[in-house]
Amino acid sequence: MANMAHAPAAEAEGETRRDFLLHTTIAMGAVGTGMMVWPLIHSMNPAADTLSLSTAEFNISGVAEGQRITVVWRGKPVFVAHRTAKEIDDARKVDLDELRDSQPDEARVIKGKDQYLILVGTCTHLGCIPMGVKATEPHGDYGGWFCPCHGSHYDTSGRIRRGPAPKNLEVPPYQFLSDTTVRIG
Amino acid sequence: MSTEKSAWRKAYEWHEARLPIVTWLDHSLGTKYPVPRNLNYWWNFGSLAMFMLAVMIFSGIILAMNYTPHVTMAFDSVERIMRDVNYGWLIRYMHANGASFFFIVVYIHIFRGMYYGSYKSPREVLWWLGILIYLAMMAAGFLGYVLPWGQMSFWGATVITSLFSAVPGVGDAIVTLLWGGFSVDNPTLNRFYSLHYLLPFVIVGLVFLHIWALHVPGANNPLGIDAAPADKIPFYPYYVAKDVFGLGVFIVIYFIVVFWAPNLLGDPANYEKANPMVTPPHIVPEWYYLAFYAILRSIPDKLTGVVAMFGAILILFALPWLDTSRVRSANFRPVFRVFFWIFVANAAMLTWCGAQLPEGPPLILGRIGTFWYFFHFFVLLPVLGWVETPKPLPASISQSVMKPAE
Repeated sequence: MANMAHAPAAEAEGETRRDFLLHTTIAMGAVGTGMMVWPLIHSMNPAADTLSLSTAEFNISGVAEGQRITVVWRGKPVFVAHRTAKEIDDARKVDLDELRDSQPDEARVIKGKDQYLILVGTCTHLGCIPMGVKATEPHGDYGGWFCPCHGSHYDTSGRIRRGPAPKNLEVPPYQFLSDTTVRIG
Repeated sequence: MSTEKSAWRKAYEWHEARLPIVTWLDHSLGTKYPVPRNLNYWWNFGSLAMFMLAVMIFSGIILAMNYTPHVTMAFDSVERIMRDVNYGWLIRYMHANGASFFFIVVYIHIFRGMYYGSYKSPREVLWWLGILIYLAMMAAGFLGYVLPWGQMSFWGATVITSLFSAVPGVGDAIVTLLWGGFSVDNPTLNRFYSLHYLLPFVIVGLVFLHIWALHVPGANNPLGIDAAPADKIPFYPYYVAKDVFGLGVFIVIYFIVVFWAPNLLGDPANYEKANPMVTPPHIVPEWYYLAFYAILRSIPDKLTGVVAMFGAILILFALPWLDTSRVRSANFRPVFRVFFWIFVANAAMLTWCGAQLPEGPPLILGRIGTFWYFFHFFVLLPVLGWVETPKPLPASISQSVMKPAE
């Protein structure tokens, strides 16, 4: 209070009319500032035209057994793999207790379409694109994908097996519109 | 009060001993800044101008995140801001109307300085810095108006940059340099965007100097006499409270326009994409330039017109010496006070003329107004200082208040 010498000394005790006015003014100012700051911040969220790009459709019949392709969804790569019987078998015989992010292969594919594995192609460590779509690229020690940035190995179900990544490759929301057409998002 | 200092107090003093920023602020805009006790509401417009500068910078930074400075995409990127970006319409309307309100506030601030003689000794440098801020604002406003790349943007840019072709000898070379080509085109848009982003921060620097220059003599006051220490009160809380109240009233008016009449001050032609092959039938600048535009069009010679237009602004630098009266406040200058209001009315008339087609009565009125504008500065002000008998000045601010009680 030393440098507020002009405050009336007689009202130093307790709540005064001036305190009330000061506090309500500050409160109204804070509410008003908040109401103005929110539009400024929210404007940085995805705009309507960005949100409208949130689905992608493609024809899956062109993906031969053993082949992997990349499609684009929301500006990111999505891996589509047509797995061989051996790859499916490898993914399903793993002891789930060994997995860092334990999840059965059956939960990562659509029943009846077990050969098709669809994954967001972004390493769950720091966002690089793992290698392994092309046959000539490294597939890691588990026959799936290998992230060259920091050495994460994913298996034939896209699950993390070794390296710094904490989670399995994400399975995006998708559905089969027909036997051959898939919509992601 | 315990003698034991709290941890916060110790940390504060530790930091303050190394960078006394709180002390500095307290001396700048706090309890250690003494201000005359008799300021009226016309003195609110300095802080309002600072508020508008902040609004323009914050809304502009957000707009820049969504704007594309390319001739094929600029117009569409602005429409995307209006339609798709969350609250983009609000932020853009705040920015576009913010320019208008910034100028409204600054014009009132300038006229207040003219009425109360705030430009007179010892505040000449303070006045100069204010004119420099005004010039930077005009440049920033012009550059910003080009960015949406509408018809008025394009043709306004063409006309204003072509003013420099009036320079004898090197005029065309200067215009080519400004354009970065042979017409207003993509290089022009890119550099205008760059400079439009730069100028606000130049203005911030000038405002800093303006406030510094204000603090040396201290604020003028409605009586125009030097305020004795006993006639001053601390800026905080008294004028902070008054400024905040004025700010509240101002924000209400500003947002009434932003929400309910956002295109009131704009030109519909700017919602049409720039077309370098078609000039709109009637090109007008934004309202805040119209008075000077009227002066330009009043003079039927290219070079003289351009010189008159720029001279109308630059003459303000000489105002402290053109006005030969040593009495600051117009309240004590009965003749000057009349001519001050004639000057304001003349500026308003020139603004109206600037929006009309330059023919018939508006052209004649524009010429009369142009004559009067310069007559006011070059003849009236110097002569008035000699022939006018001012009313007696009070000895102090408190004496002027106590008088009726005598």
